[in-house]
Amino acid sequence: MASISPDAVPRIARLYRFQWEPAQGAFVLLFPEGMVKLNEAAGEILRRCNDRDTAAEIVADLEQAFDSDDLTADVQAFLAEATDSGWVEWRTAGAHP
Amino acid sequence: MSSAPDPIPLWLVAELTYTCPLHCPFCSNPVDFAHRGTELSTAEWERVLREARALGAVQLGFTGGEPMSRPDLEQLVAQARGLGYYTNLITSGVGLNERRIGALRDAGLDHIQLSFQDSTRELNDFLSSTRTFELKRRTAGLIKAHGFPMVMNCVIHRLNIDHVERIIELAEQIGAEYLELANTQFYGWAYLNRSHLLPTRAQLERADHAVAAARARLGERLRIYHVISDYYENRPKRCQNGWGTTFIVVNPDGTALPCHAARVLPGLEFPSVREQSVRDIWLHSPAFTRFRGTDWMPAPCRDCPEREKDLGGCRCQAYLLTGDVTATDPVCDKSPLHARVLEAIAHAEHESALRPLVFRAPENSLRLDQSAAATVGS
Repeated sequence: MASISPDAVPRIARLYRFQWEPAQGAFVLLFPEGMVKLNEAAGEILRRCNDRDTAAEIVADLEQAFDSDDLTADVQAFLAEATDSGWVEWRTAGAHP
Repeated sequence: MSSAPDPIPLWLVAELTYTCPLHCPFCSNPVDFAHRGTELSTAEWERVLREARALGAVQLGFTGGEPMSRPDLEQLVAQARGLGYYTNLITSGVGLNERRIGALRDAGLDHIQLSFQDSTRELNDFLSSTRTFELKRRTAGLIKAHGFPMVMNCVIHRLNIDHVERIIELAEQIGAEYLELANTQFYGWAYLNRSHLLPTRAQLERADHAVAAARARLGERLRIYHVISDYYENRPKRCQNGWGTTFIVVNPDGTALPCHAARVLPGLEFPSVREQSVRDIWLHSPAFTRFRGTDWMPAPCRDCPEREKDLGGCRCQAYLLTGDVTATDPVCDKSPLHARVLEAIAHAEHESALRPLVFRAPENSLRLDQSAAATVGS
């Protein structure tokens, strides 16, 4: 399992496109000849993987949006899984690819 | 029907043309393609793309024939991308030159699937009846140079299945992200040529081992899809994830089908996008509702605890092998006619082909009629 540094900045990986699908009422990840339909939590995390915010900032933003105070473990676990699946790529904060 | 939400045609297959420079004897196009009507215009395709997108279609495959032979491909890709589709180009590589691949990039094309017929020049060129092996390798370089994700597709059958390791090596060499090893499904031209193409069980088992070893070696670097011919299974596969639930094919002349092969089925009128909206076709046409769900099933499917799992299997296979469109897919060992599949397998083990290969070409298509095609091998 990938380990997640709070200072690193995630983005949707090159092979994937992330978008909202009104007909399905869900965010999806699209890739060559395939699609992953995301549940609400996964969609809310991935929509924040914008190549600008750090993992810690994403957690803080979600905690505010969902009025919750300890999402760190859940978000990190999901981001680790998403990284292992190849959905998410990372860079170090401040560094530009 | 119950009150379940309407199904969504998530996958739209746009068969832009039957024109193709290749002549593969396992082509999934109908054997009567040369008798078919005029191609949809650019404006007609644009309407189809809009209407299907409004229903929720999101994966779009531009295919054919060879879609590069449509000069308006770039325009259709640009429109599709603007509508929010994920756009896949499914090509032999012929016609995909530097100028057009740049234009496709600018139009927003998401991905290119490039076909090879084999890992060797000799067999690739023999099966396609063209000298295209080197061209395909060059095209793969162009695809990578322009930054597209690339799926390499190779249809697998008796004549090339023993090359599976080398086919995987070719995919690595050309930098494909995905490799689709698509074992021949026996419809259309492939059904006509089944005695040449159906591999033996021993061949399939060797290929399975080769794929497993390659997956262990390559991990995420190259993802390998290995689609097995279900003649060697004892339960059938769902028809396109369920008839009329996920998939819609639009033929070059505008005929809409629930799967590539469905036109062989008698007693069904397939609607045309020239006469009806995609919405009416998808939700209400008898062709798309006929085998949706489980209400249509006779025994043994009707009483089977697995009926929701495979939905009775493939209607085209059931018809081709039994002559009855509502029969249980005879791949299933609960089918009273399962012996027909076992006979085809036994034939593959013991006998060589009795007829010459029939290459996909307009002159062969004109010569063959549907009834002749449907009786071959049964």
